[in-house]
Amino acid sequence: MSREPFGRLLVGLYLVLFFLWLFGPLAVMAVTAFNVSAYPQIHPFEGFTLDWFARLLADRDVVYGVRQSFWIGLWVVLLSVPTGLAGALVMLQIDRRARGLYYLVVVSPVLTPGVIIGISTVIFWREWTFALDQRWLYQGTVLTVLAQSSFISAYTMLIFLSRLQRFDRTLEEAALDLGASRTRIFFDILLPYLRPAIFTAAVLAFLSSFENYNTTTFAILADKTLTTVLAGRVRQGTTPAISALAVLIILVTVVGALVYELAKRREERARLRRAAVARRAEVAEELAGEPAAGVLRSPA
Amino acid sequence: MHASVGKILVLAVPVLLLLAFLLLGLWERRALGRAAGPSFVARNGAPVAIWLVLMVGFWTIVLIVLPLLHMVDLSFRPKLPPAQVGGPQDLYTLDNYRFFLFGGGFSASGWNDTHIQAFLITILASILITILNLALCYPLAFYMAKVAPEARLRLLMLLLVTPYWVNEILRAFAFRILFGTQGVLNKALLGAGLLTEPIDFIGQNVALYAGLSYAYLLLMVFPLYNAIESLDRNQLEAARDLGAPWWRIHLDIVIPHSRPGIASGTTLVFMLTAGALAAPQVLSGPNTLWFTPIVYDRFYQAFNWPQGAAYAFILLVTCIVFVLGVLRLFRLGLGEMHR
Repeated sequence: MSREPFGRLLVGLYLVLFFLWLFGPLAVMAVTAFNVSAYPQIHPFEGFTLDWFARLLADRDVVYGVRQSFWIGLWVVLLSVPTGLAGALVMLQIDRRARGLYYLVVVSPVLTPGVIIGISTVIFWREWTFALDQRWLYQGTVLTVLAQSSFISAYTMLIFLSRLQRFDRTLEEAALDLGASRTRIFFDILLPYLRPAIFTAAVLAFLSSFENYNTTTFAILADKTLTTVLAGRVRQGTTPAISALAVLIILVTVVGALVYELAKRREERARLRRAAVARRAEVAEELAGEPAAGVLRSPA
Repeated sequence: MHASVGKILVLAVPVLLLLAFLLLGLWERRALGRAAGPSFVARNGAPVAIWLVLMVGFWTIVLIVLPLLHMVDLSFRPKLPPAQVGGPQDLYTLDNYRFFLFGGGFSASGWNDTHIQAFLITILASILITILNLALCYPLAFYMAKVAPEARLRLLMLLLVTPYWVNEILRAFAFRILFGTQGVLNKALLGAGLLTEPIDFIGQNVALYAGLSYAYLLLMVFPLYNAIESLDRNQLEAARDLGAPWWRIHLDIVIPHSRPGIASGTTLVFMLTAGALAAPQVLSGPNTLWFTPIVYDRFYQAFNWPQGAAYAFILLVTCIVFVLGVLRLFRLGLGEMHR
């Protein structure tokens, strides 16, 4: 398609437009955060200011909301990463006939609108906590953690599934032959193998929880999180302080994404280095021992 | 029928579900005989096996199945003061659904015009936005999967994901800045002399539809990308060598191959758009209503939870019908969608 120069140009134009559409609105919003004008605008640019950031940080509700969102995110990670992992392991072991039904149940939260997850969680927990007189459980933060975990666990499960598909079963068998218990295999072989997936799942779970609105706004009841505070602020009127918050979030995300990327690259490099060392050692061993056998064995 | 009957049903379903799993398992083991291998507990070791069962049981039953069943149950019950819940008046009824169709009997036409209209607009607009997103994202997904070099692909992925960690409210807010009567777009158009009066983009819902399309682009790109990525490049080369024009390559090879991706992308985007709450709340004009904010208001403005549950269930059924419709259209099974 992109072989002729004209097609190339068209593809380039399309890409530029696509990403302009993706970043344009955010860029405009970011600029308004630094404009003196009380209505968020970029033109006329009445002067540079950081006041909106100060105003934002002085907003008690916003600060409280950030703190709540942070704790909720942390609990969601603690609940949905082990749940997703368990879900994935069961998926791989469950009998073929039951797998379809199981899959339907655990993936359904991904295909259910977030508002419905929030609504159903609140209804269920209100009913039984009142019936059994356990009202201390009927709290916005508790319900939000539970409601968010129900679909975020499905995300983490999908991450674990894709990593598990590449798991080398012979490692397990080798460990069994060497006399390791099943529990030992789980902790010493499976978990270390899944470490990168655990990390990715935790990051994804935290971010999904932190930015969630649809489920949270129902489940949070009278309490507040960052997104519900924001929704209230935005409905009251437009102020550049909200743009300032967006700028902060974008900054944190970009820095986070860069750190994640760098960490991944460093791990990749370390892996390659280890592989190279191993290969060299193998070659050296073969040279010292029986060269012919090494040549026959080596294509892998 | 009294509400207590429903309670028994609601509690019976998870039990039946568990029983079904056990029976299916036993059946399979019997069918396989010796070849079945070690049992679940033996395969995982007791501590891990217990953890697996507890976690998955809690997740599927307490977090997924029971809440949904309770929502459906509540949607068929009357709104009663707390003291009367479970009392003699707690009988099953279709009133909440009747209200959606006919309202409180105040409308001149006899129908609940505002809610029905909002519902239909939501469905129709969501379908159109989904199709628009498919058209917008397909070229990018193809470019990423088959054309872009490795380094550029990484960069594109990073660029694509970044805006999506800014939460939905803020993204909708950005559109308000862009499309407001005093917004950037109006100022630019006025300044360029193309307009003499600002256009009310928000009142006309342009901002809402644009914001909704923007909100879930990413969820269209990735399933498409995954599906196209798995296509063998040789097929494209062969078609090209045989002289197929580019559009036929897409129509006859790439699109049929990426059916699962298209199906999962469209269902996700439709579901998210029809269930969107942030964009409609921030970007709606005064005289248009999206369906989800109505559901929200049933709960937290009208405080009529059974009615809200009924509305939520209507939305859920619509989404399920859409998913099934798309699967039918693409002739796929449910399991083939997410691979």
